[in-house]
Amino acid sequence: MAKMYTPAMAKIEKKRARRKGKTKQSTPWREAWKRLKRNRLAIAGMVILILLILVAIFADFIAPYGIDDQMLKERNLPPSSKYIMGTDNYGRDIFSRVVYGTRISLPIGFICVIIAYAIGGTLGAIAAYYGGKVDNIIMRIMDIFQSIPPMLMAIAIAASLGNGVVNLVLAISISTMPARSRIVRAAILTVKRNDYIESARAIGASSTRLLVKYMLPNSIGPILTSVTFSVATAILTISSLSYIGLGITAPTPEWGSMLSAGKELMRQAPHVLIFPGLMIMITVLALNLFGDGLRDALDPRLK
Amino acid sequence: MLRYIIKRLLWMIPVILGVLCIVFILSEITPGDPVDQVVGYDAPPEVREAAREAMGLNDPVVIRFFRYVFKVITKGDLGTSYASGKPVLQELLARFPNTLILTFASVFVALVIAIPLGVISAVKQYSVIDNASMAFALFGVSIPQFWFALMTLLIFSVKLKWFPASGIEKVSGWILPIAMIGIANVGNLARVTRSSMLEVIRQDYIRTSRAKGQKETVVIVKHGLRNALIPVVANVGNQIGVSLGGAVIAESIFSIPGVGKYMLDAINGRNWPSVQGGIVILAFAFSVTMLVMDLLYTAIDPRLKAEFKAKNKIAVKKKKPVQEAA
Repeated sequence: MAKMYTPAMAKIEKKRARRKGKTKQSTPWREAWKRLKRNRLAIAGMVILILLILVAIFADFIAPYGIDDQMLKERNLPPSSKYIMGTDNYGRDIFSRVVYGTRISLPIGFICVIIAYAIGGTLGAIAAYYGGKVDNIIMRIMDIFQSIPPMLMAIAIAASLGNGVVNLVLAISISTMPARSRIVRAAILTVKRNDYIESARAIGASSTRLLVKYMLPNSIGPILTSVTFSVATAILTISSLSYIGLGITAPTPEWGSMLSAGKELMRQAPHVLIFPGLMIMITVLALNLFGDGLRDALDPRLK
Repeated sequence: MLRYIIKRLLWMIPVILGVLCIVFILSEITPGDPVDQVVGYDAPPEVREAAREAMGLNDPVVIRFFRYVFKVITKGDLGTSYASGKPVLQELLARFPNTLILTFASVFVALVIAIPLGVISAVKQYSVIDNASMAFALFGVSIPQFWFALMTLLIFSVKLKWFPASGIEKVSGWILPIAMIGIANVGNLARVTRSSMLEVIRQDYIRTSRAKGQKETVVIVKHGLRNALIPVVANVGNQIGVSLGGAVIAESIFSIPGVGKYMLDAINGRNWPSVQGGIVILAFAFSVTMLVMDLLYTAIDPRLKAEFKAKNKIAVKKKKPVQEAA
């Protein structure tokens, strides 16, 4: 391994490899992808997620009606060929609203997780990197935040800020931030003691460089897995908060708020309650399946 | 050990102060004037000003914060409900037991179901039982709790009329709300138990106990489960937190007079002292639970105890303060 490795040599090696029939070098990511491909449940989850994203993109073409098209003469109709999922108490097509709902839950859930990781992750990384007093102070503050259960914290923040998408995102991001900081902290702590970190430090890498260039990429596995699970939790929280009237409110077709409007109709029109909930479950299930697969693929020791 | 317990107990003080601080900040950023709720929106300015002075709203933020903390800590005074005019603490304490029963019953039921499920799944890995119970666990963590509650209501109380749709006058009224919160707990705990058990049964001491001819049930339960339970216990604390959040929603769906329903009603009525009080009392309950779980955790994991003892000895030798064992 002592020979110099030039781009020209890489080209030659690639050519040789192609002649032998293997074009791809084996990298940890390719290995992980191979393992992931073999996991049928994870692939099923991934396919469902891709389908949901496609539905969100092409919602305008899929939904036969608009989100607020009220057919007042056709209220609370059970599913039929005209309205596949029936209509709600304003005579709106539930199928169309469920389809447009994908444009809300998935992106908002994802944004919540990104913000939670941006704030919590940075704090967790700093705590793990510097250790000692810094670690102690940051983590004790996180402890205090975590002494209010996340759901309760989200309810409290959403209640004091009021309804709306931005406030909902803030509520969920802030309430989940401490848990995310812990995940990043733990991930960084496990790579911190490795020799390559030591050698990078020895050749004079700065703290930021060490953290961003060496520690984060090497601890990305567990973080990526937990991002997937976090999006699932965020989507559940969004719908729960909207259900109790603290998140996204009607007429926006958020699945939780659709259920909230439908609960009064439990006796007359139970179909109103079924489909939006089913959609939440399918989305969360897909994320969990994919997350499980990702965890097993990225860290085969756990299997 | 004693040192750790004392340290952990003392840590409750900043936690409670922190919670009060968070709650106070949240009440400060809430839009709207609290005076509106007391004297009404169309009261004349003099009346408003008098109420404002009486409520101490004209003082600087810092003074109000310290007054709030002082009142809570010395007198347990969480303020007065705008809706009923009664002390919030009194109203909360009347409802608190219901929330506690709901939370702890759901976690307990979940443990009773989840641990055997997880153990069987791990012992018979990749069998039909394993696949079925893990599918069930996945379903448990993926289903929105409130939707599960609505579906059970639809089936068991609207269609079959087995359980009442709301209220806890009858004992059977508890079943659906406990099931609602419990389903997520079962999912989570069964998954944790399985993966922890899988790790344990590959250990050398399990092979040793099998090699010496121990009965399989003794190997699994006595040597395996006891060690596998440690991460499960660590997770129970979290689950109690999640369940407290779930209880808030369950109470509103099933109209159970608990702290959660009280809080949500107060949010709708902009009755902020009651919301604040509800958060404080639930956070306090959660912190105490976490404290107990932490102590229990150190008690059941002999490794932690040993580590702590070792650290203490070193500390005595070097005359250095002990690092926190966590």
